[in-house]
Amino acid sequence: MQPINTTQLQSELDAREARPVHLHLETTTGSYPMMGPEKRSRVVAFVRNAKIEYERGVITGEGPYRVGLKLDGGWVYADGLTHWVVNEREELLIAGLDKDGQLTVALQLSARPFREE
Amino acid sequence: MNPTDEPHTSTKPVAGGAAATSFNPAQQRALLVVMPHPDDESFACGGTMALCAKAGAPVTFLCGTYGDMGRRMGLPPFANRESLRDIRERELREAAGILGARVHFMGLRDKCVEFEDPQQLAASIRERIAGTAPTTLITFYPGYGVHPDHDALGQAAVLAVRGMAREERPRLLAVAVGEPAALEERLGSPHLETHIASVSELKLEALRAHRSQTAQMFRQWQEGDLDPQMEQMRRRMVEVEEFYELDPDQPTPLERAAA
Repeated sequence: MQPINTTQLQSELDAREARPVHLHLETTTGSYPMMGPEKRSRVVAFVRNAKIEYERGVITGEGPYRVGLKLDGGWVYADGLTHWVVNEREELLIAGLDKDGQLTVALQLSARPFREE
Repeated sequence: MNPTDEPHTSTKPVAGGAAATSFNPAQQRALLVVMPHPDDESFACGGTMALCAKAGAPVTFLCGTYGDMGRRMGLPPFANRESLRDIRERELREAAGILGARVHFMGLRDKCVEFEDPQQLAASIRERIAGTAPTTLITFYPGYGVHPDHDALGQAAVLAVRGMAREERPRLLAVAVGEPAALEERLGSPHLETHIASVSELKLEALRAHRSQTAQMFRQWQEGDLDPQMEQMRRRMVEVEEFYELDPDQPTPLERAAA
């Protein structure tokens, strides 16, 4: 993954507009935050391979960045995004990585379902 | 060094008058480890696995998931959410080669083990038991695994052994995760321990093979920046692996909590 380039990423969002796409949306503290010095609570959520279609998709912010996808009757939203890549399966992967290389948030779009086995 | 030459008969006096017995790899016909994530095996019992393999016992790791929902992407990051699955599979195969173990995957979704049917999981573990005929099965202590996947697969392993004829059952050893003093208060002292100094380099090499997950830990370790939790991990990594023996016919803490 590379640091986000908003111009390039915006054109990738535009290219996936107004057609069915599979969504992977996730945020995570990791599974062991309660064992760290600050004893934080574990908070994890993900949705994988939900089918959506957005009429408008925008990346904004100064970095870390935000993405909002406007659906017919709803929204997809993510904050804290720092890195992105379009992989060999043409999947658009956007993520937030912290200073230790740990994923904190992910928003991914793909025409085909994300691999699930 | 031949690990069977090591003295494995010593006992260590522990609080409350109980004594942890040394695990004897030379007495194992086969070892089966049942844990949910690539790297669990190396952290929890990599030394025990290496000692058994060196003593000539077939060692098998039945790995529940591919660790595909892990959040560590390497340092500097080289994985992403979609590539992590294959990367962690490769890392595990390399680590298993170092420890002398074979690997089988159950193909479950990382973080979702507890939502599967426990009896189905148990049946698939029992198939692997039938195929490997282990004298000892090592898993996580259900209710003391910290990670929900650890608890759920540990519970399934208990159910698997519970469903077997007594004379065919492997000995069931469980790894409890967390701060030792707190665990000792709840569970008493560990029943068994493996002294792993003679294979600590193999264990560390296996842990390093899980590079997407362990690079940061080794960097902190190198910098001498050890918090108390990492200090405990260091002991398990180079000195001693401790286990609780479970009676599969007794309800686990996880079952008691659900009752």
